[in-house]
Amino acid sequence: MLEASDIRVAFGRREVLHGVDLRAAPGTVTCIVGPNGSGKTTLLRALTGDVTFTGSVTINARDTSRLRAWELAALRAVLPQAATLSFPFTVEEVVRIGLRAGTEGDHAEIAAAALGRVGLAGYGDRDYQVLSGGEQQRVQLARVLAQVWHPVSRNGARWMFLDEPVSSLDLGHQLDVMRIARDFAEAGGGVVAVMHDLNLSAMFGHQMLCLSEGRIIAAGSPEAVMTDATLSRAYGCRVRVNAVPGDQAAFILPHAVQPI
Amino acid sequence: MVAVTSYTAPGLRGTGRLARARRLHVAFALVLVAVSLVSLGTGATGLSLGTILHALTGAEALGEVDRVVLFDIRLPRLLTGAAVGAALASSGAVLQGLFRNPLADPGIIGVSSGAGLGAITVIVLGGSVAFVPSGAYAVPVAAFLGAWAVTFGLYCISTRGGRTSVATMLLAGIAVAALSGALAGVFIYMADDQQLRDLTFWNLGSLAGSSWTKLAASGPPILLAIVMACTLGPALNALALGEATAAHVGFEVERVKSLAILSVALGTGAAVAVSGGIGFIGIVVPHLLRLATGPDHRALLFNSALCGAVLLIVADTLARIVAAPAELPIGILTAIFGAPVFLWILLRRRGLEGI
Repeated sequence: MLEASDIRVAFGRREVLHGVDLRAAPGTVTCIVGPNGSGKTTLLRALTGDVTFTGSVTINARDTSRLRAWELAALRAVLPQAATLSFPFTVEEVVRIGLRAGTEGDHAEIAAAALGRVGLAGYGDRDYQVLSGGEQQRVQLARVLAQVWHPVSRNGARWMFLDEPVSSLDLGHQLDVMRIARDFAEAGGGVVAVMHDLNLSAMFGHQMLCLSEGRIIAAGSPEAVMTDATLSRAYGCRVRVNAVPGDQAAFILPHAVQPI
Repeated sequence: MVAVTSYTAPGLRGTGRLARARRLHVAFALVLVAVSLVSLGTGATGLSLGTILHALTGAEALGEVDRVVLFDIRLPRLLTGAAVGAALASSGAVLQGLFRNPLADPGIIGVSSGAGLGAITVIVLGGSVAFVPSGAYAVPVAAFLGAWAVTFGLYCISTRGGRTSVATMLLAGIAVAALSGALAGVFIYMADDQQLRDLTFWNLGSLAGSSWTKLAASGPPILLAIVMACTLGPALNALALGEATAAHVGFEVERVKSLAILSVALGTGAAVAVSGGIGFIGIVVPHLLRLATGPDHRALLFNSALCGAVLLIVADTLARIVAAPAELPIGILTAIFGAPVFLWILLRRRGLEGI
């Protein structure tokens, strides 16, 4: 279980998160949505311990602020929004940076399998720096996957925190990445993702969280969050949400966006 | 998802590169022994390989002159050169990993200047001004403090929110070097003739003043610096993806940074204290090694130390030969060969991403 309560983050004197609560269960994908500047990434960075916050975050009932870096690394992996690499490492070397001594199994096999999972089998020997932006993002996902290769550990579920995991990917790879997140959850792990794309969030998320101006304005199932009223309020424009009939995945389509 | 598929790994260059880089440890160690023997035999008094081996193993007693030449002049000089080369090269590799940039070098970003200022302060003022100590051990300690202050200060200035600005780092380095130079100028102005002569040669970089006493003062911190550097390999690899990611995969980033800065300050400080301004070893050696065997710090750091030792011994031997019977300050040689390599790295990178 991932539990965050009363998360507040201030940059200087300006508070950007005003007391956010969040609960996510293992076996689920949680999508955090909201307009630019609503505090999505800041919330994720509080959950991963990358920003100073007040309130508490526990993963599997353990307070993250009391865990050492290596203990946290055994519990969760983090995919940043943008990752730069400063030396000409190969793709395989980058993936294996996520594999510390604590990961059970043959590291070379896990790295190769993680690369295969993101559709980059055979890319191990390539120079990371000359890959396209989308390929680099998938290599980073493979690194994250490798770090939490076994979704369930002795200390409970492992977690993936993804910051806009599909931002520079084409349509097919967006679906692949969301499928990977979903599979990870279905194998017993937990996923929390900051998402820009509402449709993908509704398709693949078990739960959605809509932030606006540093507060949660709606949380729950995609059907509960994806309403005309909530989205219009959050994004400051008129939004109409249509359910797609006959789709089991509760696929809801916002469209007919007009200025208010 | 849970089960690892029966995927047979193809010829994984990443893994292969590390294995090859580790085999280089042995190769460099052998080369180090070879150039050491050549260096011991080279100079005004020629010593044959057999004589050196017999003398070193204690199998044969040398004549008085040969004994002094070998044991009191060349051996301490050889060991000092090896230590200095190893310290400068591994410090360079650590700095580059820490700043996430292949252009970081103790000489270029002002760490050596800081160490130099510390050393000059003690050389000129030592013993004559209250609270400034003197003696063989005071110089390396002062140089270490200068190097530490500069490295730490530069890192604080050029890193904001986990991102290191290379432009800021290089420019701040220039400012620090200028300030250190100006302060050093004040002390040089105050120095007497003998001190001036010492300082000039010291500035150019030379191993001519090597002695067992100086080696005893500088050797242990250099050894400690190299051992510390070599433990940082996995952490510096992760740091290549940024501080946040390094923390996410399980490294205590603040501790790693402190260790890296301490290692650089110890190594550079002690090296500068004993040999003066020998430049470019720290940038050339790691860069060439990265081209040859990849950037994996787990092998790069130790290879840098070994290769740096080899390079400096070769440079010192050449410095003794080219203008014989006089000898060239070794810093001139390393700059003549190193500066063009630095420019070459700059030009290659310009094509990639600017600086």
